[in-house]
Amino acid sequence: MAKIIVVTSGKGGVGKTTSSAAIGTGIAMRGFKTVIIDFDIGLRNLDLIMGCERRVVYDFVNVINGEANLKQAMIKDKRIDTLFILPASQTRDKDALSKEGVERILNELAQEFDYIICDSPAGIESGAMMALYFADEAVVVTNPEVSSVRDSDRILGMLSSKSRRAEQGLPGIKEHLLLTRYNPERVVKGEMLSVEDVGEILAIKLLGVIPESQAVLNASNSGQPVILDQDSDAGQAYLDTVARLLGEEVPFRFLNVEKKGLLKRIFGG
Amino acid sequence: MSDHSFELKGSLFPLSVLYCQDLSAAAVKTQLQQKLAQAPAFFYRAPVVINVESATQAPDFEAIAEVFKELELVLVGVCGASAELKKAAQAAGLAALQLSKSKTPAKETKEPETKTEAVVAAAVMETKVVEQNIRSGQQIYAKGADLVIRGTVGAGAEVIADGNIHIYGTLRGKAIAGAAGDNQKRVFCHKLEAELISIAGSYWLSDSLQGEYWGKSACIGLQDDKLVLADLL
Repeated sequence: MAKIIVVTSGKGGVGKTTSSAAIGTGIAMRGFKTVIIDFDIGLRNLDLIMGCERRVVYDFVNVINGEANLKQAMIKDKRIDTLFILPASQTRDKDALSKEGVERILNELAQEFDYIICDSPAGIESGAMMALYFADEAVVVTNPEVSSVRDSDRILGMLSSKSRRAEQGLPGIKEHLLLTRYNPERVVKGEMLSVEDVGEILAIKLLGVIPESQAVLNASNSGQPVILDQDSDAGQAYLDTVARLLGEEVPFRFLNVEKKGLLKRIFGG
Repeated sequence: MSDHSFELKGSLFPLSVLYCQDLSAAAVKTQLQQKLAQAPAFFYRAPVVINVESATQAPDFEAIAEVFKELELVLVGVCGASAELKKAAQAAGLAALQLSKSKTPAKETKEPETKTEAVVAAAVMETKVVEQNIRSGQQIYAKGADLVIRGTVGAGAEVIADGNIHIYGTLRGKAIAGAAGDNQKRVFCHKLEAELISIAGSYWLSDSLQGEYWGKSACIGLQDDKLVLADLL
């Protein structure tokens, strides 16, 4: 039975799609058959981050409406055999998704895949609700600032009350906190909330801390999930995150300010 | 059109029921005096019903009524009466009440012991217990009950109760106690960082809560329409 993981946040622009792409790719690299679904109907982005935008023919809404089958709509990743992408429609809006339609497709995917990653749109409207409704686990992407934390708290409330698991009285969705754009230097200066601050407010288990990194923007622009850039701090942090998501114990890195060596101090860097 | 200026409706009230083996006026008086001495204010003008189930012959209801008057209690009527006793009680101006079988305490026939037991039906306030964090945007209302939160109330969340509110985590959102208007209700929390606290309609924003209890455990209540913060312990 496939595990359905929703990547959500409430607030926009915190790194949901980047994280979906990285986590989905990371899980697939471990050999699990994985599909990432873009639920952001009308604002299709996942295909760009994954670098497969030119191969989109049919989309999620086409499959729901029966205009195409899953085989036609899913795009197989060229780098990793076990990774597939189900792109969103760019021309429709979020009301095109129906609960029955989404359920039917998830059931169909569950027979074939080990992991289904749902990349949620921002907000708390129908699109976001649809992405989280069927989830078994949730990765709540949060930036270390107050409005993002507040919105994440709101989404956590939705996860525990508006999901299928909540409505059917099943064990709740397993919640994970993924802190992105973390900058230890600004935390020390008091310009950013610390890991401890966010953890105390949201009170859920910390899955990973992704440092603010130039590598993320580079990766997005080149259509390469940042987890494939294994020399970068963000790439390594996502590798750790995936390991924890799969149940491994990995120490946290990139939480403290790096001391600059003498050469770096002289020559900059 | 029905007339709303006059209505006769049935309602349920908690009444104290007196169980007394010896129903002579003198015995009732002695036993009652002892009981009243323990809590005089509590029983002042309290409505009382006498259980006469164990009585073999009709007690002197008029004399007993005098005793009640003297002790400033209100004798409402009798319960558990046989048809004969019912008549006697009604003749003395008392009401004959129906006793619900399940509420009768086990009778002890061996010792002539006098008991005044308050059968307080449904006077205990309910408690609603929530075993999770209350997230931003969520609202919990404990109607006619106390509210216990085994978790944290997030900023933007609201917890409301007609009774008291106990929060074992941090209170960052809004807490509204005594929502039905009881100004004796209070809010207890393990860590006070509230956006708003309201008791019986009077409220304070976080600005007024800053001070020695901010970020610490506290108990918040009303005294003369003023907010009073106190140590939890």
